[in-house]
This record gives sequence, C-alpha cells and structure tokens, in this order.
Amino acid sequence: MEVGQMQRTWVEYTKSLFREGFLDGQFTQLQLLQDESNPDFVVEVVSLFFEDSERLLNDLTRALDQQIVDFKRVDAHVHQLKGSSSSIGAQRVKNACIAFRNFCEEQNSEACLKCLQQVRQEYCLVKNKLETLIRLEQQIVAAGGSIPIEELSFQGYKVKL
Amino acid sequence: MNLNNGKGSMSTASSSAAWKAGDVVPDQFPAGLRVLVVDDDPTCLMILEKMLRTCLYEVTKCNRAETALSLLRENKNGYDIVISDVHMPDMDGFKLLEHIGLEMDLPVIMMSADDGKNVVMKGVTHGACDYLIKPVRIEALKNIWQHVVRKKKNEWKDFEQSGSVEEGDRQQKQSEDADYSSSANEGNWRNSKKRKDEEEEAEERDDTSTLKKPRVVWSVELHQQFVAAVNQLGIDKAVPKKILELMNVPGLTRENVASHLQKYRLYLRRLSGVSQHQNNLTNSFISPQDATYGPLSSLNGLDLQTLAATGQLPAQSLATLQAAGLGRSAVKSRMPMPIVDQRNLFSFENPKLRFGEGQQQLSSSKPMNLLHGIPTTMEPKQLANLHHSAQSLGSMNMQVNAHGGQGGQGDSLLMQMNQSQARGQILNESTGSHVPTLTSSMGQPVLSNTVVGGVLARNCLAENGRGTRYNPVSHSSSMLNFPLNSTAELSGNSFPLGSGPGISGLTSKGTFQEEVNSEIKGSVGFMPSYDIFSDLNQHKSHDWELHNVGMTFNDSHQNNSLQSNLDVGTSVLSHQGFSSTQRTGQNRNISAVGKPMFTAGDTTDHVNAQNVGPINTFFTDNSVRVKSEFVPDASCETNLFPEQFGQEDLMSALLKQQQGGVAPAENEFDFDGYPLDNIPV
Repeated sequence: MEVGQMQRTWVEYTKSLFREGFLDGQFTQLQLLQDESNPDFVVEVVSLFFEDSERLLNDLTRALDQQIVDFKRVDAHVHQLKGSSSSIGAQRVKNACIAFRNFCEEQNSEACLKCLQQVRQEYCLVKNKLETLIRLEQQIVAAGGSIPIEELSFQGYKVKL
Repeated sequence: MNLNNGKGSMSTASSSAAWKAGDVVPDQFPAGLRVLVVDDDPTCLMILEKMLRTCLYEVTKCNRAETALSLLRENKNGYDIVISDVHMPDMDGFKLLEHIGLEMDLPVIMMSADDGKNVVMKGVTHGACDYLIKPVRIEALKNIWQHVVRKKKNEWKDFEQSGSVEEGDRQQKQSEDADYSSSANEGNWRNSKKRKDEEEEAEERDDTSTLKKPRVVWSVELHQQFVAAVNQLGIDKAVPKKILELMNVPGLTRENVASHLQKYRLYLRRLSGVSQHQNNLTNSFISPQDATYGPLSSLNGLDLQTLAATGQLPAQSLATLQAAGLGRSAVKSRMPMPIVDQRNLFSFENPKLRFGEGQQQLSSSKPMNLLHGIPTTMEPKQLANLHHSAQSLGSMNMQVNAHGGQGGQGDSLLMQMNQSQARGQILNESTGSHVPTLTSSMGQPVLSNTVVGGVLARNCLAENGRGTRYNPVSHSSSMLNFPLNSTAELSGNSFPLGSGPGISGLTSKGTFQEEVNSEIKGSVGFMPSYDIFSDLNQHKSHDWELHNVGMTFNDSHQNNSLQSNLDVGTSVLSHQGFSSTQRTGQNRNISAVGKPMFTAGDTTDHVNAQNVGPINTFFTDNSVRVKSEFVPDASCETNLFPEQFGQEDLMSALLKQQQGGVAPAENEFDFDGYPLDNIPV
C-alpha cells in the first residue's frame, strides 16, 4: 500500500473512532502533542494506559469478589480509571466508569459487577481500535510518510502553542 | 515561595510595582517556570508532563505526595508552582496542599476527574489557587504562570508594606518614627487594605527599593535576638537602627530589621487587637501589611490577647494555629473572632489586626486587631508575642477557622501568619519544640493542626476561666484563629494558639474567630494568641506560651509545614508565656517566640508584628520567619505599637501598661522600626 493510501485509511479510521465515540477530543490533544522531539509520545501514553487499566481492572475484579465489598476502595479504583481514560480520550470507557461510580455509591454489588463487565468490554474494544490505529501509523512512518493529523480538524480542534 | 530566588526575574522587585516591572522577565517568562506535578496515575502524569513541556515549563513529576513533599523541602526555592491530583493513595491531595502552603507557600493547583462542587469548594477553602478538571487541556496549563505572578505580587506587597524595604534606611527610620506616631497609626488603622497597598508603601516602604532583596531568613535565634533587642529598647523606642545595633548580626541590614519589626508590630497588634476583627481595626493595622488582615487581625489580636492573658497560649494552640495556617488558603482571613472587644486582650487587637494583615490572605476582615481588646495588662511585648504566636496560630487557625469557624481571630492571626509566609510550617515545627514557655496548659505546642488547635484551645480555655477573658472562646479563637482545621478551641484566654482547636475556640470566642478562620492561613500560629493576650493581660500571668509557640516555629520550621506553623504558634505562645516573666518581661519571650514564628512562616514580611502592644515580646518571636503569618503580623504589630494604629490607642494603652517588659518584638519582622511597644491595646 502506498503511503498516500495508508494515510487516507488512517484518517478515515480515526474519524470513525471519533464518530463512534471511542475517542474524543482529548485524544486529539495527545496527537497534537506528539512532535519530532517525541515521536512516539502517543504510543507511549497509550501503552501506559493499557498497563494501568489492566491493573485497575484486576484490582476491581478482586475487590468485587470479596465477601464484604469495600465500596470505597472500589470507587477509588473506578475513579482512577475514569481519570486515566478521560485523559487519554477513551470516551466510552470513561462513560462506563461514570455509570459504575453511581452504583458504587449505592453500594449495589450486583450492579457493580455488571458495570465492571461493561467497563472491561469497552476497554477491550478501545484497546483493539487503538492498537490498529497505532499499527497503521507505524506503517505510514515506516513507509516514509507522516501522520496527517491536520486532517483531523473536524472538531475545529487545534491546539496552538 | 521565595520570590527572590526562584526565577531571577520574579524575585527581585521589591515593590510590587517594581516587581511587576522588573522581576518578570518579559522575554522569557513564563517559559522556564518550574512546575512540580504530582499524580498517582501514570497515564495522566505522563500526559501532563508532556503538555507542560510543550508550554516550555520545566517539569518535575512524581507519583507520590510524600516524594513531592520531600522534593519541595529539599529545594525550597526549586519550584514555582505545584500541580497536584486530589485523590492519591498515600496522602490526600488537600493535605498536601496544606503542607505546601504552610511550608513553602507555593501556589498549588489541584486537579481531579471529580468535578463535584464539594470537591472544588474544598480546593478553594484549602487554599488552592486553581482547580482543574480532568482531562486537563493544554490550554488550561498554559496560563498557570499567572498564579505564580499573582502570588509573588501579593507577597511583595506585603513585603514592602512591612517596611522591609532595604534601601531607604534613613527614610525609613524617619518614617518609622514619624509614621508611627501619627500617620502610621492612623493610616494603618484606617484602610487596612488600602493602606496596605498605598500607605504602607508610603510609610513603610520608604525604601521601597527592596528590589531583589535577598530574603533574610529570620530563624528562631535571630528572631529571639530581635525580640530581645526590641524589648531592651522598649517597644516604643525600638527603631530598626538601634535594633540592628543591638542585635549585631553581620549581614543584617536595617531594612531587614525594619520590615521584620513591622511585622512584629503587626503581630503584636494582632495579638492585642484580635477582638476587633473588624476591618476597622485591621484596617489600621493591616495597612502595613495586608489590609486584608484587617478583620483577622482583630481576631487574632483577640486571640493573642486571650492567649496572652492566659499566658497560656499553649504551644498547642499555636500548633493549632499553624495547622490552621495550613489551611492557609482556606482560611478566611476574617477573623471570626467574636471576641468582644472589651476584652482587654483586645487592646492588643489593634495590633493584632495587623497581624491579620500579615497574613496576606487574610481578607480584610481579618481581625488583626485581635489584640485590640487585649487587656492592658498584657504587655505589649507579650502581645506581640502572642501576636506572633497568634499569628502563627492564626495561620493555623485560619485554616481551622474555616473549619471551626471560631478561630476567627485566630485565623486572622494565622492568616497573617500564614500569609506572611510559607506559612506555618515553621510554626508547627517550632511550636513543638520550642514552646518552652508555653504554659503547661498549653499543651504541646506543636500539635498537629488539629491538635494544636485543640490544645491551644484547651489551654487557653483553661485560662480563660478567668473573668477577664472575654470569652473563653474568643480567646482561644484568637489564638487559634488560625484556620487550623482542628477546631482549636482556644480556650478563650489562654490563647490556645497552639492547637488548632484553639483556633476554633477562638472563633467561638467570638471575636476573631470568624475572621481568623478564614484568614489564618494556618501559619498564623499566633493569632489566637492575640486574643488571648487580651485576656492574658488580665491575667497577667499570661503564659504567653503562645509566644513560644510562635517562636518555636522558627526553629522547627524546617520541619514540616504543619509543624512549623504550629510551632510558630507555640512560639508565639511561648512568648506569650511572657506572662510568666511578667508582662514586661514577657515581651521578651514573645519575641523569642515570635521569632520562630517568623522564620517559620515564610518570613514573609508580613509577619504581622501585630504583636499588639502587650505582645511586644511576642513579636520578637514573630521574627521567626513565620512565613505565613507572622510576618505580617509582626509588621502589623510593629505598627501597632507605634501610634500608628488607629486602634493603637487601644493597643497602646494595653501595651503601655504592659510596657514594662515588652521587648521589642524581635520578630524577624523587619519592622520599620515601629515601636513595638506601642501596640495599642
């Protein structure tokens, strides 16, 4: 595939992710932060997010698995996951976390378990999408092209530094 | 923060104006701003770091609050601003905020994914200069430098007002004397706020040329020397030049002494004028420092007085105050000192009010004049001391006040204290260690915020039993007005400076509390003491332990924020303990105590030298760089002493009575040579 084609694919794919709500403006912020001095910034952050999320999801599973559920703790974990997912722009994950927190407040174990499942699902989805996206980017760069971020100005979102 | 050192550009301007113009390096700033980012979430941390780097800031990141604190402590001038997450596993973000406020007095921005109103409100009350909702956008980060500038500007103002201007020695001298006698007093009293900005500058800052003045750190020892010198000379006659000679410290300039004296006076004033926490008092007082303290000062003064009166400013109270101070931002300067002015203690109030001023943050309502009501019995010095302690307490209280609502006065004091410096920390620390004189009742001076407040309160309360105390509560509040969160129930009389509770107590006590609460940034350890002073005065045996409390701050100030604040308080208290020696003698103590306070505090010039007349001695402590509050107080106090304060009449009356031993507040405040003794009580 030639570079131009790859780039177009990349643009389309990214737009669809935004459209479907997997990613939001925050992700664009990250993309815009990437520059020559830090060409792998997005990849690094995303990887960090994956690691962190998996850890949190495991913690959550364990916490909800207890005889007596410590909802405060659960809430703390969810809060953190919400924070990191929002920072990276993983919108659906963030929304799932918000719903999750509400149930934590109500101390509803059953509902919490369902929420956890939901969150995990969203996480897996966005993880796949991002990995695909990154792969595309790496291919473009490998082929000598550059990532056409400017094409993403659909949100009128441009960070001016 | 050390304005001076950090970025070269920002540090210098002595006068606020100058600072603005000269300090900021227009071509480069805000690039190079040194930011410390704390967040336990690695993803966010990384993103923030990248964003900040993109803004051309120098970023240091850490994922634990403890790490952040130690980084900050190791290198106090190494950072300009801190950004911290609210929810962290090892320490609550607000707690960290308090610590930083008290110890280092750096602007802190809180952030969280939580955008609930309560949380944001908490941020505000704890003194965060901003609150960002995650996900943080880079645009939001681009403007954080404004907080740094704003803070420096405020500090400078206080600084200058406290007459720390280096350059105009001669002028200052004259102005000091002259001012004190007339204009100063009136001016100060009048528009605290305005004064602060204008008059103060005029009066105190004769030399405004304090550009780039390297900040003198008023250590406990230094402050004690200062207080001793002031006491020796007599609060009325204590002029920077003579103090300088007496102190015989190489490298110390007249300006340093002058500004410190100013703070000390404010502190004393605050101590005595705590009750007045209304702006009136503070106004006059505060003018030198931060007009804002006004209300607080009154509270503070009251507190101090109370404390002074009871002589009990327990170190704890101070501690509390400090703790309160911690809350620095939270503390509303208004000293909730409900203290009824009639309290003798409040005679100091006026000066105390000043104290509030010191606090910078203290809102004008600060009852700096805590001491106003200070009973004449209290020696000015003592008041001063109280003031100091009160201040420190105040700062502490301030925070507490916010919580306790009582420490109004204390708060103011605290606030003053807080404001003046890094708040508190020193107080806390010093209180703990130093408060030697703190009356036993005081309890441990350095209690942690809460403790302090409580202790102070307790102690003070005990003292307050006496009739003179206006309200036990007020006393304590005076002391604790510091916003010490811990509801320092300052036992009315005995300025519970030390403990946070005292602060709250103060508020309840009435007069200052309210104001103090808000204001006392917490570092004001003194504050409450001021009120107490009034009471104490009555008791004559004031244990101005508060003095010590306050003073102790300095010493320990290295320790930790809270502690330092408290310490200051305690030192202040301890000073207040001057009562032990007797009023006159007390002053000395106070000074000693005050000293720590000041140093503790950010040495902000603001140390409200409010030591309100009787608390003169306190002031000496005030010299303790009570960062947070003392300084202003001290300065205020100094003003107090001199006729400057409108309220001074009160204070001076008080002070005069006490005069005996009121040693010129040796606080580090670089008073302009205001006769500390004049703290009208």
